[in-house]
Amino acid sequence: MIRYLLVLKLVFLTIVPTAWSLDWENALKQLGDKKFAQVESAVKALGRSDDLRAKPLLETMLENKLYQMKHSKVLVHAEGKRNDFKTYDVFTGKELASGVKKRELKRIRVNNRIRSTLKSALARIALDDPNPENRKEAAENLREGDPKEVTPLLKQALLDEKSEDVRKSIRFGLATLQLKHPDPEIRRESLRLLSGSLEPEVKNLLIKALEKNNDGTWIESETDIREQIAKELENIEFWEVVYSGIKTLFFGLSLGSVLLLAAIGLSVTFGVMGVINMAHGEMLMLGAYTTFVIQQLFPQFIEYSLLISIPAAFLVAGIVGILLERTVIRLLYGRPLETLLATFGVSLVLQQTVRSIFGPLNQNVITPSWMQGTLEINPLLSLTYNRLTIIIFVPLVLVTLLVLLKKSHFGLEMRAVTQNRGMAGAMGIRSDRIDALTFGLGSGIAGIGGVALSQLTNVGPNLGQSYIIDSFMVVVFGGVGNLWGTFFGAMSLGLANKLLEPFAGAVAAKILVLVLIILFLQKRPRGMFALKGRFVEN
Amino acid sequence: MQKDSFFNTLLADSGARWFLGCLLALVTLVPLLNGLVSQDSVLHIPTYAVSLMGKYLCFALLALSLDLVWGYCGILSLGHGAFFALGGYAFGMHLMREIGERGVYGHPVLPDFMVFLNWENLPWYWWGFDSFIFAILMVLLIPGLLALVFGWFAFRSRVTGVYLSIITQALTYALMLAFFLNELGFGGNNGLTDFKDVLGIELQSDSTRRGLFIISALALAGGFVLCRWLLKTHYGKILLAVRDAESRSRFLGYRTENYKLFAFVVAAMLAGLAGALYVPQVGIINPGEFSPLNSIEIVIWVAVGGRGTLYGAALGAIVVNFAKTWFTGAMPELWLFVLGGMFVVVTVSLPKGIVGIQFYRDKLFQHKPKTLPTPSSSEASS
Amino acid sequence: MNQPVLVHGEKILNESILYLDGVTVSFDGFRALNNLSILLEHGELRAIIGPNGAGKTTMMDIITGKVCPDKGDVFYHNQTINLATLDESEIAQLGIGRKFQKPTIFEQQSVSDNLYLALKANRGIWAALSFKPSRPQQEIVEQVLERIQLIYRQNDPAGSLSHGQKQWLEIGMLLVQDAQLLLVDEPAAGMTDAETEQTAELLQEISGTKSLMVVEHDMEFVKALDCKVSVLHEGSVLAEGTHSEVQSNATVIEVYLGR
Repeated sequence: MIRYLLVLKLVFLTIVPTAWSLDWENALKQLGDKKFAQVESAVKALGRSDDLRAKPLLETMLENKLYQMKHSKVLVHAEGKRNDFKTYDVFTGKELASGVKKRELKRIRVNNRIRSTLKSALARIALDDPNPENRKEAAENLREGDPKEVTPLLKQALLDEKSEDVRKSIRFGLATLQLKHPDPEIRRESLRLLSGSLEPEVKNLLIKALEKNNDGTWIESETDIREQIAKELENIEFWEVVYSGIKTLFFGLSLGSVLLLAAIGLSVTFGVMGVINMAHGEMLMLGAYTTFVIQQLFPQFIEYSLLISIPAAFLVAGIVGILLERTVIRLLYGRPLETLLATFGVSLVLQQTVRSIFGPLNQNVITPSWMQGTLEINPLLSLTYNRLTIIIFVPLVLVTLLVLLKKSHFGLEMRAVTQNRGMAGAMGIRSDRIDALTFGLGSGIAGIGGVALSQLTNVGPNLGQSYIIDSFMVVVFGGVGNLWGTFFGAMSLGLANKLLEPFAGAVAAKILVLVLIILFLQKRPRGMFALKGRFVEN
Repeated sequence: MQKDSFFNTLLADSGARWFLGCLLALVTLVPLLNGLVSQDSVLHIPTYAVSLMGKYLCFALLALSLDLVWGYCGILSLGHGAFFALGGYAFGMHLMREIGERGVYGHPVLPDFMVFLNWENLPWYWWGFDSFIFAILMVLLIPGLLALVFGWFAFRSRVTGVYLSIITQALTYALMLAFFLNELGFGGNNGLTDFKDVLGIELQSDSTRRGLFIISALALAGGFVLCRWLLKTHYGKILLAVRDAESRSRFLGYRTENYKLFAFVVAAMLAGLAGALYVPQVGIINPGEFSPLNSIEIVIWVAVGGRGTLYGAALGAIVVNFAKTWFTGAMPELWLFVLGGMFVVVTVSLPKGIVGIQFYRDKLFQHKPKTLPTPSSSEASS
Repeated sequence: MNQPVLVHGEKILNESILYLDGVTVSFDGFRALNNLSILLEHGELRAIIGPNGAGKTTMMDIITGKVCPDKGDVFYHNQTINLATLDESEIAQLGIGRKFQKPTIFEQQSVSDNLYLALKANRGIWAALSFKPSRPQQEIVEQVLERIQLIYRQNDPAGSLSHGQKQWLEIGMLLVQDAQLLLVDEPAAGMTDAETEQTAELLQEISGTKSLMVVEHDMEFVKALDCKVSVLHEGSVLAEGTHSEVQSNATVIEVYLGR
């Protein structure tokens, strides 16, 4: 409705500019005044003016880029340094002049008070914006304004508004404002409207409403309202606890997911071949670097780079894994401790190779836009998309792997070799081929883990080192060669780390988790899901 | 076991004879060539080289202690550096207290970093470290105690093989994280440094350097003889039995976890001693010494030298560290390739290390008929 | 024939060296032992036979403490000690010795060292550090070396012995250990006929002063032992009696041949 009026006004303006433009010109002049009070009233007048030109003007002012030419008194948008300012037309954005000297300009000064006046003036304008998102934001911004002025505005906007989402915001803004209303009935009404909302501003508002004046009287005179407010506060605090718990859970699960991707391959290779691959962390690193290289090769496909990287990283890490198995690990079969040392040597070589090729510094892996930002579930809980994606992605990998192990012929042979190598050999299973493929599979999954990690941490030659010890702990804790054990191990470790962090700090949490694992091994030396029976020997 | 018979058997083995002989030569020649030969002579050994060699000897003692548990007990500890670092810290704490008022802030009691952190009092765990005797005791007791507690839990629950290795690695990793914290009171990131003197003798002087070198060599020889003696006793035979067939030893009535624990604690104490001798010679101890990479490097020293011989471990430590000094000076970017390559080559093709050269030669040429055990050997014993 | 001993008089219990009472063990759902009860008198020689998977080795694991029973008790020495609560080394120190199916000796050490390792002595660390064999102890080892016919190999590494010699060395280790109860798992495996005969004689000789439980597949050997035989099947005792009684038992024949 207002919008149509505005269009009308605009037409009207062009025809009869005099009366309107007089006010407008006065307000513009007043902006350059020395007194802040004058400036403020000018801003208010401009905000109320319904003139379309007000929006760019006030926005420029809020950005601290509004200047007055000392000579001509014309208001301009100026940017630049000492003796090289560029000036633009405030309303059209057209460049006016360049190389303007600083002393030719006078900045329109803004203080905090004016800044908030500017914001509400802009919000008022934005209430008429065609985009509902902007109108919603405007309603939220107006909450902080002067109740006397803003209340009627919001009421009018509520009448005009069609979008239910925006109406909700406006109603909420109104309720916030009316909490200060002198009429207790309106305050009660407003409290009813506010009930159940979890915004931090609401909490602050309620806390302020429960304070006492300097003379010792309550700001809120009505006892029943005070009680109601206290109840609301209690409710907010309760949900704060709940949501911070959920947040911790979220962080724990996302850490657990990363650990799982890192540890799964380790567990599979350990389960089948009884060897620990110390170069496993470097497979993560290779995966992360593969992502980096793909992004460098196809800068035009950044949005799809991760989708390309997943199979690429699987292949790169998998092939390196197979090579490693063929050239080193096979020669050390039956000597697990020596395997551990040799693969550690390989990890050093891989690290140094990457360092020689890409340099020792961290590389910048770009996060595609669909993984950026946060999912705001409510004011107390927002989840970052990159972690969310990983939490969803990891079970997919796990399920794929489970299907592969349970349904495919390769999986059958692999399980046979895990359970009884000699017998499997006697049945005609070529265990050396299975070993190589298993190793490739385990390493490949780590490569995929590297793609995921590249979205969470810095990608550098030491990336693998920082995750390898934790993934070992997962395998030791969960029990070897059991995917569910690894799954629970990873999730429990991720959760334990994040749960302990707020109480003990990150480092102490890590140490505590380690101590807990050692104590846990007292009860179950072979981990949570250990195999039992006569084939389990030393 | 009579003394002379023990020393007879000690010297019966050519490796041990060579090892102790070389140490004796080093102890006499190096200080002489440093102190008495003029600086212009070709034979003169500069003081920095004396300290460098002293450092290698400390590493040799550390490697020896690891060999005791790895070579004779089958425990591949990937956290042995933790004991070394703890010994180093314990002695470093004494050296810090010795600085006294000569620190940057001139505080009579508190080390500089504590003054910097605005600490009021010395934390309780720093008490007593002003006494040299107490510090030396702690050098042995702290690593020993950690080994005792950790080993008791680990061996009792029968954690073995790679599991054990991984947990020891996690142990040193956790300690590293902890020692990086400023609040822990061990100087955080920077560790302990700027030492001035020990027992009133200036640390930087040539004679102190020579003295530390001699003490390191004697400690190495002492450690070697101690380990040799341990292995010569019935205990040593049981230890080997536990290494080769732990479950069988249990069925003979041995509490295998206690046997392993004893060796583990002795090794930890020797490592602590090595750390304590290392710190005054390099002048600093920081949390980097706890890093898992350091610990695993010790393992490669032992593997390169040849495990299960003791002198092989010491030799390996010296050879690898010499190579490291040379490479990191001449072509630093290649060092990790060399180190990594060493891990692979030694484990794949030289399982007995350098001291096993004879063995490989026999195996390669097979020209000598293998000396099979024959019944004739019974004549000597009956 | 004799039913499995389930109810015993006080007198018999007091005279037992070993009494397994209703022992049950499962691994991942598989019942290796199912309510197994068995009684061994002082000085008795007992042969245990049974098809693969009957639970023979598991029973030995239970007695020596390698495996804990899920249910039931393992009493030692006139029902004074419950072995189910002890670990391997405690049980070994009580005087229970075990010879494994696959000979496990300390291959890197000499034959005589193997015996000294098994020799009855204080098993503590401090004792081991100062241990020096006394004259009588040396004599015991020498006697046993003679008896197991390995005296001429005493300084050779045990790993260089033949399979049969390793079996004998392990039996020798049981002897020097001075065990009261000997659990012997397939002693005749890999032996020549002559050696098998000698082994049977040796075991018979030992029994009387010591109690023995011998697991064996070789029926000739069991016959040569000439002792009471217990047949294990699916984790419990199927039949007990002399060699010929058991051999003619219909259910035993069915178990061995029927399926």
